[in-house]
Amino acid sequence: MNFKALTATIALIAAAPVVALAGGADDDTLVLNGEVEMTTKAAAPAHMADTYVDEIISGWHFRADETQALQMDDFENQGMIFVDDGLATWETVEGSEGKSCASCHESPDSMKGVAATYPKWNEDAGELRTVQMQMNDCRVNRMGAAPWKYDAKVAINVEAMIASQSRGMPVDVQIDGPVKAAWEQGKELYYTRTGILELSCASCHEENYGNYIRADHLSQGQINGFPTYRLKNAKLNGVHSRFKGCVRDTRAETYSPGSEEFIALELYVKSRGNGLSVEGPSVRN
Amino acid sequence: MASGVRPRVKAPKSAAAGDVVTLKTLISHPMESGQRKDSNGNTIPRSIINRFTCEFNGTTIIDVTMEPAISTNPYFEFEATIPEAGDLQFTWYDDDGSVYEETKSVAMA
Repeated sequence: MNFKALTATIALIAAAPVVALAGGADDDTLVLNGEVEMTTKAAAPAHMADTYVDEIISGWHFRADETQALQMDDFENQGMIFVDDGLATWETVEGSEGKSCASCHESPDSMKGVAATYPKWNEDAGELRTVQMQMNDCRVNRMGAAPWKYDAKVAINVEAMIASQSRGMPVDVQIDGPVKAAWEQGKELYYTRTGILELSCASCHEENYGNYIRADHLSQGQINGFPTYRLKNAKLNGVHSRFKGCVRDTRAETYSPGSEEFIALELYVKSRGNGLSVEGPSVRN
Repeated sequence: MASGVRPRVKAPKSAAAGDVVTLKTLISHPMESGQRKDSNGNTIPRSIINRFTCEFNGTTIIDVTMEPAISTNPYFEFEATIPEAGDLQFTWYDDDGSVYEETKSVAMA
């Protein structure tokens, strides 16, 4: 072994602990309330064969132990406060028809599986719908109430309540058939560089997950845990608001929450998590 | 009154006499510090929960004075010795005079 090779070996050994500290995913296990074990790592779905990613990893693995612990117990998960608020809204009668969500759907249990399969094609309307769009369709057409603004607090709370019913179920959104075009559009957006910084979603969340971005760890940008309670703003955050924040951070003009572009992107990003457990409401920093 | 205030308490339903149990409380509250300004530059008035108490059968377990720097949705975790069966009484006092209460009964195991 010559000197150069020896140096290289030392460098490699020295580098190993640094890699462990560099913000990569840990090997902890997410067990909810000591009962439900969640799938937080899985083989990448088939449509990701041409990407750098062969294992999909929940954002939970990229957080500190303290933050992870908050999500493991429903009492300590502050997102559950908003789930309670969402539950109250579920039972509140609104609009000209004198109905609440519960009038038709009865128990929130009936929403089990919804968060795992949306965004989803709605055959009658002939469009791709997110959970919030479906909620507003109910409000306008069945309840005779005003629609909620996209990602409004009340809408996010109900969405979180609906998501919480599916926790532990694998994300399984359809990507072909009538949604194929939207999915392709979402994929296009995912890989399109935007803004002064010329960053695409993939620049950070595919090519650099596990590395630091300033003081924070880059995750894979999975959305199986949305709506997400963020410690930084002490409230639930919607997927589209998060997208908006990311696009803004590339210093670009953003699309609006609820826009066709973000609906397509939501479908595509969600499909990258096909196989991970639904975690919403998750806790992140 | 601050809207959407809901106290949540996690306490064991039963305990043996003399057991030390862990109590967890969380109350949803904006805890507006009184230091912040709104978009027009006007000070947002202080609105916090300023006191939290927990009693067991009338005996004080904990009595906390809370200050404006305490974060949104304050969470307290503490321990108490349970000498006998009885009720845990949790009380939060809001700046605006509202009082939020929650009671949890503990039976003897």
